[in-house]
Amino acid sequence: MSLINYASREINCKIVYYGPGLGGKTTNLEYVYEKVAPSSKGKLISLATETERTLFFDFLPVDLGTIRGFRTRFHLYTVPGQVYYNASRKLILKGVDGVVFVADSQIDRMEANLEAMQNLYDNMAQHGYDLTTMPFVIQYNKRDLPNAAAVADLDAALNPGWAVTDPARQKPTPDPNRPGEYLVREVDGTWVERVPTYEAVAVKGDGVFDTLKAVSKQVLKTLG
Amino acid sequence: MTAPRASSWAFHEEDSAKIHGVLHAFLRDASARTALLVDRAGQMLVTVGEPPAFDPTAFASLTAADFSANDQLARLLGEPEFGALFHQGERESLYLADIARRVILVVLFDNRTTLGLVKLRMKHAVPELTTIFTAMFDRDAGTTTRVDAEFVDDAEDELDKLFGS
Repeated sequence: MSLINYASREINCKIVYYGPGLGGKTTNLEYVYEKVAPSSKGKLISLATETERTLFFDFLPVDLGTIRGFRTRFHLYTVPGQVYYNASRKLILKGVDGVVFVADSQIDRMEANLEAMQNLYDNMAQHGYDLTTMPFVIQYNKRDLPNAAAVADLDAALNPGWAVTDPARQKPTPDPNRPGEYLVREVDGTWVERVPTYEAVAVKGDGVFDTLKAVSKQVLKTLG
Repeated sequence: MTAPRASSWAFHEEDSAKIHGVLHAFLRDASARTALLVDRAGQMLVTVGEPPAFDPTAFASLTAADFSANDQLARLLGEPEFGALFHQGERESLYLADIARRVILVVLFDNRTTLGLVKLRMKHAVPELTTIFTAMFDRDAGTTTRVDAEFVDDAEDELDKLFGS
């Protein structure tokens, strides 16, 4: 939950990168750390095993500066990818304001993607959070690999959408990233919404900032 | 995807004044160096006493993780929680205590005092802080804290500058 601290004039928001093991969550944070100006970032903290697999989390604070008198920060976290670290994954979701699901585009990682997505929904529900009503984007990472699945196939598996029940939101909403496609649309008489998606090659930085900017803007909108 | 969640909470100046009063008295009585309050999501709320030499943002995130991990350990043992944690260093030590299940009080102390004295004084400070925070959460329950629209516009501009538009 974002915290508005009137005493110290600070606003902090928490964004969590979730997804299967070796999908590129830590790589996203490392790229942000490398590219953001030193004055806008804090320490990158990694609680990792000796083989550099995330054991508990990675953490990077990004400072937007002072806006209308409030020092505004985004706290970026990753979770461990492996299922056997689920207790850690769940803890990191506490107080989350926005989620980035980093999917591994490789065809043979589809099952791991699905398992992680199901696990995300389960862990969010256990905290009492509804992923369908909060800032959430999906990143399809590793688009440069020859065995990357088609985006349409990844969408069908990981981003089929959910029914929109609020009549005010039952209107066609274009997808800003994918011309001619819609985030909200009517399918066989039912209004369906899917999550914005971003294609990425995180090791090269492609799509990393687009993804972060999209989820950050969604989080800011929930504050206003 | 823009539907807001009524989950943000606000920490006001009057809350801060009351809490500072409790913590100043505690530090004096316990001869401890610094008291910090961190929320369970890893955000620093208050620092009282000697300004810490470390990065407070990193410290807050690790404190919340430490406390959460120990919470789970407690449950594995069949305990509802570990209400307090102690980390002993050669020169400096930390004592952490739960406040109202939402906030963590962290006390930094050195050899000018003893663990016994810190624990003794915490016995008074923790219930006082729990009362203040419980009243604060009850007051804010069901209300949604919002910033003005200009804030969101300006913050979006800063995002574009920082991450590229």
